[in-house]
Amino acid sequence: MGMALLEVRDLSVVFRRRGEEPTIAVDNISFDVEPGQTVGLVGESGCGKSVTSLAIMGLLPSRGAEVSGSVTFEGEQLLGLSQRQLDERRGRDLGMVFQDPLSSLNPVVPIGLQITEVLERHRRMSRKEAKVEGEHLLNRVGIPDPNRRLDEYPHQLSGGMRQRALIAIALACRPRLLIADEPTTALDVTIQAQILSLLSELVSGTDTALIMITHDLGVVAGLCDEVNVMYGGRIVERAQRHALFAEPRHPYTHGLLASIPRLDAPRGEKLVPIRGSVVDNIAWSRGCAFAPRCPNQLEQCWSDPPELVEDRGGMLRCHNPVEVAPLAAEGTR
Amino acid sequence: MTSSRATKIDRLASVAARGPEFEVGPDGQGSPNGHDAGVSLAVSAWRRLRRNPVFIVGAVMIGLFVLLAVLAPFIAPHDPALRLLEDQVSRANNEIPPPQDGYPLGGDQYGRDLFSRMLLGSQQTLLVAALATVIGLGGGLVLGTLAGAFGGWVDSVVMRIVDVLLSIPSLLLAVSIGALFAEQSQFTVILAVAIVQIPIFARLLRGTMLSVRESDHVLAAKALGVKRRAIVFRHILPNSLGPVIVQSTLVLAIAVLDAAALSFLGLGAADDSTPEWGQMLGNAQDFFDSQPHLAFWPAGCIIVVALGFTLVGESMREALDPRQRR
Ligand SMILES: Nc1ncnc2c1ncn2[C@@H]1O[C@H](COP(=O)(O)OP(=O)(O)O)[C@@H](O)[C@H]1O
Ligand code: SF4
Ligand SMILES: [Mg+2]
Repeated sequence: MGMALLEVRDLSVVFRRRGEEPTIAVDNISFDVEPGQTVGLVGESGCGKSVTSLAIMGLLPSRGAEVSGSVTFEGEQLLGLSQRQLDERRGRDLGMVFQDPLSSLNPVVPIGLQITEVLERHRRMSRKEAKVEGEHLLNRVGIPDPNRRLDEYPHQLSGGMRQRALIAIALACRPRLLIADEPTTALDVTIQAQILSLLSELVSGTDTALIMITHDLGVVAGLCDEVNVMYGGRIVERAQRHALFAEPRHPYTHGLLASIPRLDAPRGEKLVPIRGSVVDNIAWSRGCAFAPRCPNQLEQCWSDPPELVEDRGGMLRCHNPVEVAPLAAEGTR
Repeated sequence: MTSSRATKIDRLASVAARGPEFEVGPDGQGSPNGHDAGVSLAVSAWRRLRRNPVFIVGAVMIGLFVLLAVLAPFIAPHDPALRLLEDQVSRANNEIPPPQDGYPLGGDQYGRDLFSRMLLGSQQTLLVAALATVIGLGGGLVLGTLAGAFGGWVDSVVMRIVDVLLSIPSLLLAVSIGALFAEQSQFTVILAVAIVQIPIFARLLRGTMLSVRESDHVLAAKALGVKRRAIVFRHILPNSLGPVIVQSTLVLAIAVLDAAALSFLGLGAADDSTPEWGQMLGNAQDFFDSQPHLAFWPAGCIIVVALGFTLVGESMREALDPRQRR
């Protein structure tokens, strides 16, 4: 097997502002993405998901954001590349879909030009070829009457159509890695499912890998091979999708699962939100950031930061994980 | 025919494949939900503008003024340079020709037809205001784009120059610039008025560009590897022009007033055979006591035109202000 497509190692991002305490937005996280794999990055708002994705893309502001660690893409170190070198890879090797489809499109430029722009840039197409390809791309993401849509402006499209257009733009150059940062959060519930199935349809069967960023475990359920759960800038649990949903080990993951409605839940089961909020967090340097909200907390949790260790084929950062039945046979992992 | 049928069938197929809740109606339009969510800023601004009486009054004033300027050569009864009523002028008695047949406003202190001079003066005023605004806007666009696009030391240098220029009262600056030219003409007036506006446009554009630079769609364009030049000229600049366009309307008003002031102070064209309202006002000051109407007409026109541009500019600014959106 060898090298993964993307290897993130000890990535940290600290925001420093004059006269303010530095914010550790991302704290030493590591994960791999294999070609064709879909990896979830899940956690409550503010846990550092977007900052992680922007750090991978090299899009954090050069002033104020201090990035350390390593991000390699096909063996090449991305951190430290110049903006010009990054521009050669962004849009071609690495694509990104953002949360709000309306604000992510240029309001004064027709949809068509926003697609052909990338095609001309990275695939060296002429304006004419790019237009034909653009029409084809819009068709592929399920936008009807693509020829007419090319001349329309973002405000003329509905929310779901805009997100489809953005996906078409992000996939225009067949990147090997697509990062989708909460791609359905700003959309109507009925449209969310369509966009998710479109994304999985587009990446499955290709070797395009997908990093799916969301605060909603339900989104991850049907899509991801592997899931990283983040809390307070750190990864607290990593597991294969089935393991995570069947037997969540971290109390935070457990809480997230208990707070989303499930189809297979027994009738009358109540949804239990996680108590408290991220403002209750303590610093990781002092103990477990989740301790103030954790039902399983021990005395140790308040003084001794838990390490990320291997656990049942995944990774876990917890002193007192949720008990599950022991693995049937040792060595199956 | 066939191709439109084919697309219709394709569409039906894709709707069928995606289920009935697909967001495109039979007419191919977006959902009603998508419609009101996505009314563009310009369209909604225009809707509010159209119903604003202040805007309508201002627009009518400007419209009439422009119409007059265009038609002036055809409706002016006399040549404004000819001293047709010279024999009725008496310097000693401070007498000038009164209104009479064919001369509805009478003559000026040289016996030229005041009505024709007023009509043709509108052309000069329009020309000066428009040219000064365009030059000021052009200079401001260049400087503002430099500062807003490059940031860093370019930004610092440009903005220091702008700050210095802005610290001088604008009319004083215009007078100084006008006085710099060896030979005064209408063009020096235009240039003086324009240069004063450059730093105002530059600062406004730079500020808007810096905030647009932080917007989501610029981040999205960067995530696509779009080149820096295209980021600036396609994604940042066109989205930063709204406030500058509004400012241009207000500058038209300022230019009318400043140009009139410069001409009044004698910094305009030395030759006054081509009428200009500010100059006419300046020439009328010897007769303020005996012949106030000589000053009244040009002054009134200057005020009305400047007011018209101000009303339109202010109502545009109000309509484009995001805080005013409902
Ligand atoms: N430009 C910035 N300057 C300072 N702090 C930031 C900046 N961007 C994000 N943060 C902080 O980093 C943390 C993680 O943010 P983010 O990655 O956006 O969270 P999310 O998981 O919701 O995407 C938050 O606490 C946020 O306040
Ligand atoms: S380490 Fe302690 S506080 Fe943190 S999640 Fe585990 S049990 Fe809860
Ligand atoms: Mg986010």
